[in-house]
Amino acid sequence: MMNPSHGRGLGSAGGSSSGRNQGGGETVVEMFPSGLRVLVVDDDPTCLMILERMLRTCLYEVTKCNRAEMALSLLRKNKHGFDIVISDVHMPDMDGFKLLEHVGLEMDLPVIMMSADDSKSVVLKGVTHGAVDYLIKPVRMEALKNIWQHVVRKRRSEWSVPEHSGSIEETGERQQQQHRGGGGGAAVSGGEDAVDDNSSSVNEGNNWRSSSRKRKDEEGEEQGDDKDEDASNLKKPRVVWSVELHQQFVAAVNQLGVEKAVPKKILELMNVPGLTRENVASHLQKYRIYLRRLGGVSQHQGNLNNSFMTGQDASFGPLSTLNGFDLQALAVTGQLPAQSLAQLQAGLGRPAMVSKSGLPVSSIVDERSIFSFDNTKTRFGEGLGHHGQQPQQQPQMNLLHGVPTGLQQQLPMGNRMSIQQQIAAVRAGHSVQNNGMLMPLAGQQSLPRGPPPMLTSSQSSIRQPMLSNRIPERSGFSGRNNIPESSRVLPTGYTNLTTQHSSSAMAYNNFQPELPVNSFPLASAPGLSVPVRKATCYQEEVNSSEAGFTTPSYDMFTTRQNDWDLRNIGIAFDSHQDAESAAFSASEAYSSSSMSRNNTTVAATEHHGRNHQQPPPGMVPHHQGYADGNSGSVRVKSERVAADTAAMAFHEQYSNQEDLMSALLKQEGIAPVDGEFDFDAYSIDNIPV
Amino acid sequence: MDLVQMQKSLQDYTKSLFLEGILDSQFLQLQQLQDESNPDFVSQVVTLFFQDSDRILNDLSLSLDQQVVDFKKVDPHVHQLKGSSSSIGAQRVKNACVVFRSFCEQQNVEACHRCLQQVKQEYYLVKNRLETLFKLEQQIVASGGMIPPVELGF
Repeated sequence: MMNPSHGRGLGSAGGSSSGRNQGGGETVVEMFPSGLRVLVVDDDPTCLMILERMLRTCLYEVTKCNRAEMALSLLRKNKHGFDIVISDVHMPDMDGFKLLEHVGLEMDLPVIMMSADDSKSVVLKGVTHGAVDYLIKPVRMEALKNIWQHVVRKRRSEWSVPEHSGSIEETGERQQQQHRGGGGGAAVSGGEDAVDDNSSSVNEGNNWRSSSRKRKDEEGEEQGDDKDEDASNLKKPRVVWSVELHQQFVAAVNQLGVEKAVPKKILELMNVPGLTRENVASHLQKYRIYLRRLGGVSQHQGNLNNSFMTGQDASFGPLSTLNGFDLQALAVTGQLPAQSLAQLQAGLGRPAMVSKSGLPVSSIVDERSIFSFDNTKTRFGEGLGHHGQQPQQQPQMNLLHGVPTGLQQQLPMGNRMSIQQQIAAVRAGHSVQNNGMLMPLAGQQSLPRGPPPMLTSSQSSIRQPMLSNRIPERSGFSGRNNIPESSRVLPTGYTNLTTQHSSSAMAYNNFQPELPVNSFPLASAPGLSVPVRKATCYQEEVNSSEAGFTTPSYDMFTTRQNDWDLRNIGIAFDSHQDAESAAFSASEAYSSSSMSRNNTTVAATEHHGRNHQQPPPGMVPHHQGYADGNSGSVRVKSERVAADTAAMAFHEQYSNQEDLMSALLKQEGIAPVDGEFDFDAYSIDNIPV
Repeated sequence: MDLVQMQKSLQDYTKSLFLEGILDSQFLQLQQLQDESNPDFVSQVVTLFFQDSDRILNDLSLSLDQQVVDFKKVDPHVHQLKGSSSSIGAQRVKNACVVFRSFCEQQNVEACHRCLQQVKQEYYLVKNRLETLFKLEQQIVASGGMIPPVELGF
């Protein structure tokens, strides 16, 4: 297995041993990228042959497959036998995105999607499903030459989930080296289209890291770090998440509370020798994404989620323990419409309401007092998933804006799944009325993609506590989120989302556009207003599109009812941007950022959740503001709302999102500002920017 | 015809295919993949393309001839043909597929029939030209010559 190691000097395909690192045992690294083991899947024999030839020319080891099922079984039989997978989107036996999900979850390999279809929606789908890249056919050699960067990036993010600045530095060092070594290669995957922006932005994130490193004596530090890195990271064996291990993991997460589950604590609880925090962290990311998907699974295009939903998918070995939840989630999601909503609302967000699924979650949730904030939570869930189901989306959405009710925080989140499920259920009940509204995104997003916006919020909230410590440490934050491909890779995105949230908030004030998105474009990416929600597609959108994507995304959003992701992106984008541009005070900025993030999720959830509630009249317009791109005023509004403690009260009505927001805010140390929420008519105009 | 003349003919012929838009730069990519260790790569891939496309066009004809056209079946075929034709550089075939797909989306059976005809036409054209190209190459090789690299000065 190739050890990506520090990418220094890794250049062209033939470039083995490009002056690599100083440490010993670099032989493996030196071989990189030649010898990279690629599995290419495409039902088109012509393309398959061409790709194989091209990859061989790059000195990669190629295995080709013309059926997705065969590819999966190959991968399962030989979990460590491949470094990267390239798959076509349209295949007769299995949807390419489904394969992508499977591979991401089971094998945690980077997957590149490709297709002759270059429509934005499909590319976006790739991003939101966690593809590390998306190639448009006809694929050119240049595009394939640099695919090794994805392998390295992924490995790095796995290895270095920084817990402290030290590790961040290491990571930064590595990245730096990588940058240097990779040269232009790392920065851009040539010949790709929409995805290019993504890689660029991702690399910006990396650059950020690198630049922060530059202050040090690069040469000296690098060497030292390299050695350290080499020693500790070089030959990290890949952890196989067996069913038992995963069950232990889930138990630990539930015990801690989904929202509060931190890799460190999970690791401690699991008490598995040889397991590292990084292993847990990366698995947690994926798990969160998975949960998000569950929550978002709805009647809508739930294709991708099928496997999750049914929980029967054998391929999800490690996730088998989740199956039960899946089913529940599914049950809830799919069927719960008004019923769950009502229940949720009535119970003040008692998850227990989700009777449909009989989710144990609800009980758990209760214990956790997740719903202590009541509605907020509920809303969240509701808003999350299903768009279009609830007629009243708006109200929900609005609430989300500013109301980070801190519910999230408080959610011990013992049962992340439960909450999500509930949310999903709620959402299911609520159609996303928001169409057009930003919020729908939140919910929508999860629908097709899976991760309910709720997750994001919850994640955010969970993160909050974690983040607060980190917020000052940008690096830490980045480290967490640092998923080089964060923009593209969903799983990693999850964690990022949350962190992004808080960090973003903080970041707003402090971060200049240059703050790269290392992992999470959210906070720093100047153009990327991608909210923390990685899961949401919009994030990716934002990341990738930096340039000019926003606008189109809006179009997409408004035109696509079901395209949650798009919506989210739009929202996220807006909110994000606003946050950055508005000269908000720290708290405001914070709230706004949270809001942005939350908005998406909250909005969605709110939207959904709101259906049953009487949405404040103003809410709707508020959202619309987003959708319409009235960013300025709208954003301000939401931000304010978030900040408002008074809004909190408001939030209660609105449920989850508000609570989440408050929770977030609280975590961040920013007291929500009340009163702002009480905008009547949440008209965007009211908000002085 | 002597070797030099044959080589010149081949070059001119290849250029004309590019100029007419029958082939695009992707075909050049394929040619670059051909080397001593893979001397027949291009003709192998193209042959594969022909076989696959014949099958697809057949399926398409059958699908469109049904009483009730199932566009859910038609579209993936066209999509695949678009992908494979673009991968080998058969530009006009690809473009015809793009048009075809848009009519599929509209579920316009009449227009789809016309599109299919158009695709077939372009396909037979490129097939014919490429077969001629390969024949020219074979003649050169048979005469002991080397196939000159394609020089596209345009």
